[in-house]
Amino acid sequence: MQSVLQGSAKGRLADISRRAPVIGAALAWLGRYGELALLALTTIGMLLTIWAAFIYAPTEAVEGPVQRIFYVHVPLAWISYLAFFFVLVGSVMYLWRRDERWDTFARVNAEIGTVFTTLVLISGSLWGRAFWGAWWVWDERLTTSLLMWFIYVGYLALRAYTGRTAQGARAAAVVGILGFIVTPINYMSVKWWRTLHPDQVLPLGGTPQLPASMIVALMISLVAFTLLYALLTIEVYKLERATAEAERLRVDVELSGQE
Amino acid sequence: MNAQMLQPAAQPHTAATTPTPAIALERLVKSFDARPVLRGLSYALPAGRTLVIFGPNGAGKTTLLRTLATLARPTAGRALVAGLDVVADAGEVRRLVGYVGHQPHAYEELTARENLLFFARMYGLRDGAERASKLLERVGLRARASDRVRAFSRGQAQRLALARGIVHDPAVLLLDEPDTGLDQEALALLERLVAERRERGLETVLTTHHLERGLRLADDALTLVRGRIAYAGAAAALDVAAIERLYAGERLTSPETGGAA
Amino acid sequence: MSTQATGARLAWEQFWAIIWKDLRSELRTRQAWMSMGLFALLALVVFNFAFDLRVENLATVGPGALWIAFIFASILGLSRNITVEQDRGPMDRLLIAPVDRAVVYLAKVVGNVIVISVIEVVALPIFAMLYNLPIIQPAIAPILLLGTLGVAAVGTQFAALAANTRARELLTPLLIFPLIVPVVIGAVRATEALLTPIHDDAPWLGLLVAFDVIFLSVSAITFQFVVEE
Repeated sequence: MQSVLQGSAKGRLADISRRAPVIGAALAWLGRYGELALLALTTIGMLLTIWAAFIYAPTEAVEGPVQRIFYVHVPLAWISYLAFFFVLVGSVMYLWRRDERWDTFARVNAEIGTVFTTLVLISGSLWGRAFWGAWWVWDERLTTSLLMWFIYVGYLALRAYTGRTAQGARAAAVVGILGFIVTPINYMSVKWWRTLHPDQVLPLGGTPQLPASMIVALMISLVAFTLLYALLTIEVYKLERATAEAERLRVDVELSGQE
Repeated sequence: MNAQMLQPAAQPHTAATTPTPAIALERLVKSFDARPVLRGLSYALPAGRTLVIFGPNGAGKTTLLRTLATLARPTAGRALVAGLDVVADAGEVRRLVGYVGHQPHAYEELTARENLLFFARMYGLRDGAERASKLLERVGLRARASDRVRAFSRGQAQRLALARGIVHDPAVLLLDEPDTGLDQEALALLERLVAERRERGLETVLTTHHLERGLRLADDALTLVRGRIAYAGAAAALDVAAIERLYAGERLTSPETGGAA
Repeated sequence: MSTQATGARLAWEQFWAIIWKDLRSELRTRQAWMSMGLFALLALVVFNFAFDLRVENLATVGPGALWIAFIFASILGLSRNITVEQDRGPMDRLLIAPVDRAVVYLAKVVGNVIVISVIEVVALPIFAMLYNLPIIQPAIAPILLLGTLGVAAVGTQFAALAANTRARELLTPLLIFPLIVPVVIGAVRATEALLTPIHDDAPWLGLLVAFDVIFLSVSAITFQFVVEE
């Protein structure tokens, strides 16, 4: 596994190692084995989650076994919100600092967030079908997720269309910012709309009293999915940076060939 | 250069003070998506000079002018107008700079006068109507003042563009190929304008493909070839043949060759 | 040099100058108005066929049809408006002046609101006739205004974005629609409430105001990044 440290980072590490050897050693270890460790932890976490969701957690009285989708659906939703928040952060930082790495950070989070949201929608739909008999309901959470999905698909479409251009990056950053800011408003609007125009009573997924074992299972699942998110983000980020660098080198070679 | 216009804390212009260059480029780089157009230009234009920029197509002349006009943001390095950074002090730079680009581009559904009035208002000028009349007279468009620009010929649109560029009496005027599409009369007008600005101590930067005219109009010359400065110095030291050699990639043996090569 | 306006005073003058310029141009071509107006009317008529509007349905479906017609017509018109400033040319002329980009954005939004409002004012009585709904009341004015402001705010930003990145036309509606959901919900519900008063209804106008204020403020700031080169 390649060291993720370069240049000045190595210098700083040397500095820290001198002053606080234990921390320095820990950081060095992380640098070399961090990703492997993360991969291992994620795998363990996922296995644990499968156990927790299917075996450890009790079967829900009303819904039956189908309810177990909850342990996947909810963490996916939370993490997709987190990812989209990071799109906002990355977008703002990019426009402020003009550092391409922030742009890549935003883009990676948009990709992962969209994938997770897709899974949220699919799992939510399956759950709804099993429980309410409907493939889709216009409750505020699903609807907001759907709208978010559209926003970030739009973000990705824009990026795809504009390619690796600075103009495209700026435009996408604006979409990333506006998209996130409008989402809470979307949520409120749909909620008011549904509250006042109910066509079915929806006992939503967040059941008020969860037994401790369910909460534990949920927490395990949440941690596991967060680890997965972290792993994916890091790997895709590195991939994106490498691609950008390769592109830059290619252009350099092409241009120097012309001179 | 009118020192009061450009430096709010005006210093008396004595021999001891070094006047701020009208234009300064410090390792200016401009790339469009990993493709560099300007590759590290360093140059300074002293106050009160008229500069002509030569270069084959694609050399980066338009990009350089647009950067100075704050329309394009430098990728690296700096560009300064009257000591003001085009990024950090963009607002101030815009007050000082006039820009006339390739395309005349005026608002077609408005009349010539309305166009000038609009731009006067955008610069916060109170006497827009008066200026509009004077400028229209000056560029020979008084007869068409109340006609919509849509109906103008290219030459007329170009003249209007020129009028628009100087509506706020800028300290630095940037002209991108202002001579294309102009008839004899309009060309004479352009030359008079440049000469008058020189007399008033104002800077003018122009690009042109007409080498002889460029050398005649300007004090200093800059030659860009593929994003780099091939020559920077007095216009008098160049002739058409020399410029063409520069275009072809040759180096001049003149001691004045400056900037990154 | 004559006395120059500066600061807030200048921004105010520039704001109105841009609006005046846009409206003047608009008045002279009348292109946009014609096509947008006709489109809106056509949409209203087609909805009648699509939804099989019998008398009892009109009050429920009417407001939705009205706002769909307005929103689609607006988006059509907005793309065109920014195309006028496209090819970088005319936009450059505007950007080279010492004008705050936020002022440019807000002026464009207001200009668009005015243009769209004219169409709405004309379409409204026709809608009232076709759908037999007592929509011509003073209370419709704030709803129209706030709703149109919301659509214009989003539309102007994304039309400029598309123009400056040369993103395809399909992309603009894709970007706009998820973001104007609050406007759709708020405007349609508020219009419904106007026609068939419900007792404790949600503050739909409040929703529109909140959306407009938030979106306009953030957009005004991000506009400079959209038009930058």
